[in-house]
Amino acid sequence: MVNSHSIPTHSPTAYCLLPTAYSLLTPLRAMLENFSFRTIVEYLPLFGQGLVTTVWLSALSFVGALVVGIVLCAMNLQRGWLFRAPAKAYIDAVRATPLLAQLYFLYFGLPRLGFVLPELVVGILALSLNSGAYISEIIRAGILSIPRGQVEASVASGMTYTQRMRLVVLPQAFKVTIPPLLGQAIVLVKDSALLSLISVAELTRAGQLLASDRFMPAEGFLTIAAFYLLLYYGLKALAVLSGRWLGTAGARA
Amino acid sequence: MIWQQFLSLAGSYPLALRGLGMTVVLSLISLVLGTLLGFGLGILRTGGNRLISSIIGAWVDLIRGTPFLVQIFLIFFILPEFGIELDAFTAGIIALTNLAACFICEIVAAGIRSVPTGQVEAALASGLSRWQRMRQVVLPQAMRIVLPPLVGQYVLLIKDSSVVSAIGLTDLTRVGWLVVQRVPNGLLVFFLVGVGYFIVCYPLIMLARRLERRMGAAHGEVQL
Repeated sequence: MVNSHSIPTHSPTAYCLLPTAYSLLTPLRAMLENFSFRTIVEYLPLFGQGLVTTVWLSALSFVGALVVGIVLCAMNLQRGWLFRAPAKAYIDAVRATPLLAQLYFLYFGLPRLGFVLPELVVGILALSLNSGAYISEIIRAGILSIPRGQVEASVASGMTYTQRMRLVVLPQAFKVTIPPLLGQAIVLVKDSALLSLISVAELTRAGQLLASDRFMPAEGFLTIAAFYLLLYYGLKALAVLSGRWLGTAGARA
Repeated sequence: MIWQQFLSLAGSYPLALRGLGMTVVLSLISLVLGTLLGFGLGILRTGGNRLISSIIGAWVDLIRGTPFLVQIFLIFFILPEFGIELDAFTAGIIALTNLAACFICEIVAAGIRSVPTGQVEAALASGLSRWQRMRQVVLPQAMRIVLPPLVGQYVLLIKDSSVVSAIGLTDLTRVGWLVVQRVPNGLLVFFLVGVGYFIVCYPLIMLARRLERRMGAAHGEVQL
């Protein structure tokens, strides 16, 4: 609340600012007065279901993306072009086009090929294929961050390729990749909101339902924004914790 | 056979071109506005005033923590309750500019923080004013760190502009959606939509990679 007595009366700017502040505050107050917490509580089970759906479909997509990412990265690290070229082309294609177009490509395209899948499956597929491309780059960066000397030393010690990877490269790469992977998980959770556009009943869809059923966009969208923030801060805290637990990446001698 | 499929979309190509134009215009306007705003915010973020800095930080966190789709819905459906009538285009510009500004603010702030304090102290000792210090000493050095992710951010912005199709703006993605209602060939339609985005985004991705390599080399370290 703006109290006119609290503003120094000798300041001409205050006189100019006061009406502006009021003109902004009046609708805000009106909105707050009309803000129906009761409706939000009434719709809470729906929001809860949406939240749960968002969480598990994101988790599932993340696992899928890890698989896609590892396969792509393995292809990308081969010496011959036979595996490398398709992996590179795929990664570039995914990175240069929006997720929404990819989602629609699968959603409208798969039935054409004879695959009639539920929206939810299409959504998880799209998220996995999309995030997989980014994750493969994260893993690749992690593996390439290992100093050459380490690889050379393990070659000199007579290790095989598998031993080198398993005992020297991957344990170190693992440390470096965890924080960016959690960053990608945050992106994935936010991206899953797009699935509401192919009518998957996740969190954003719940907000849309409240907004359209009761004409309460503020209640609907502010509530889901709060839920997404909850997930965001949770994952962010996890990223901080994992960073502390793993020690700062690259601090090794 | 495949040629016939391309021909079946003949009537839709002008519309697609308009959609691509809309995508480019939308991205370009919010790119310019977002960059200006982002640099301003980034400088304020590292400016030393703790209150301003933490307000900006909190706002950036709010924007980074919510899906862009939700932000667009909030702007498009709630601002009218404040008596601000918005068309879809303005709402899209506001949402995209805000998004770009927040991400660029963090990029710029990281760049400024990367400049050694000795440089600032030396500039201070040479009697440079605040503005001179920023413009002639700090920013030129920060740009090395800022530039590669900045271009990467532009790519993200162009891609995120597809989300505004959800409030009915006829950009490239929306055109694809409209066409596919009439010609049920989603595979081809969205392949072509993808090609449209690829043409715009890929050169920028290449540029970002080149910058990354060059700036990394200039820095004497391998950047990833």
